[in-house]
Amino acid sequence: MSEVIVITSGKGGVGKTTTTANLGVGLAIRGKKVVLIDTDTGLRNLDLLLGLERRIVYTLVDVVQKRVNYGQALVRHKKYTNLFLLPTSQVADKTAIEPEQMLELVEAMKSEFDYILIDCPAGIEQGYETAVIGADWAIVVTNPEISAVRDADKIIGRLQAANKEIKLIVNRIRPQMVKDGTMLDMTAIDDILSLECIGQVPDDDKVVDSANRGVPVVESKDSAAGDAYRDIVGRVCGEDIPFKELAPESFWQRLKHVFKR
Amino acid sequence: MFDSLLKLFGGKSESSSEKAHKRLKFVLIHDRANVSPEVMEHIKNDIIKVISNYMEIDKQAMEISLENDADAVALVANIPVNRMRPVSGRKH
Ligand SMILES: Nc1ncnc2c1ncn2[C@@H]1O[C@H](COP(=O)(O)OP(=O)(O)OP(=O)(O)O)[C@@H](O)[C@H]1O
Ligand SMILES: [Mg+2]
Repeated sequence: MSEVIVITSGKGGVGKTTTTANLGVGLAIRGKKVVLIDTDTGLRNLDLLLGLERRIVYTLVDVVQKRVNYGQALVRHKKYTNLFLLPTSQVADKTAIEPEQMLELVEAMKSEFDYILIDCPAGIEQGYETAVIGADWAIVVTNPEISAVRDADKIIGRLQAANKEIKLIVNRIRPQMVKDGTMLDMTAIDDILSLECIGQVPDDDKVVDSANRGVPVVESKDSAAGDAYRDIVGRVCGEDIPFKELAPESFWQRLKHVFKR
Repeated sequence: MFDSLLKLFGGKSESSSEKAHKRLKFVLIHDRANVSPEVMEHIKNDIIKVISNYMEIDKQAMEISLENDADAVALVANIPVNRMRPVSGRKH
């Protein structure tokens, strides 16, 4: 049985692509056959986060315009051999793919994959419909910031109108700020968005470091964000995993930050 | 108890995350109902016009707002009435 999940957000830059890459690798590590579809045509990044940017030959645009079969466009990961990327074009724009074409493609791919993850562009303009149409359910990613939560509410309204089931990931949490009362906490976000939450990911320098190297942080055993992504993978697989308390900075970390300034 | 005492003496103010929470609640009621503050102002002025035909109201003290009531959004108006207009004064 195949599951199609779209990863969306209202505000841009909150961590959709990072989430897609980590969830994809995490599921592949568990032995699932996974394909990641980048629908951020013109602004593709998923290839970079996975370290696959130099192996792209054909794109999603070639596939929906029937120049090649999807199999010819898939890039197979060398390390996780049951993980595949269907990259999009960096030169075309979001009008290149019609929602109906995407739906047809996703339906055709279902028989081959356990999970189809779709990385959505930000916002509700062009491209949103294309990304969302074939999905069984949606992950909404937000940051614990007033503007990101407001924009998340908007996309949630849209998804609910389309009868999609929605789960929430709050990314880039800074536990010390939450403790100090200077960042929205989970209780407040839950009060406002009232969605099932499947992830609380801390802000973690290792995410940036791992993006530099093209190796998603979910592999890393000494990263707080990596831990959080592994838990998300488990929850997507239907496991009941309790949320861990995110640790505020220790005395030494705080001292280090003071000296960095 | 101690906290509320502190608040009383202005010692501890509302944290910025509490502020953000409240502001989000307010702004989302309008976002969700698709009613902007400008539209609310129009509604308010129209209500004043209609009611003024029948009563003298305190326009300054009048308040209207959207409130979230369980699952539904309600338009709540608080309109202080100074006095009724005489019947002959009513326009039709
Ligand atoms: N948990 C985290 N800790 C630190 N940095 C993070 C975290 N998550 C994401 N980032 C950083 O935030 C930036 C945006 O992330 P990402 O590209 O995944 O967002 P996006 O929602 O896909 O953006 P866009 O809307 O442009 O597609 C990146 O530089 C990424 O490294
Ligand atoms: Mg992205």
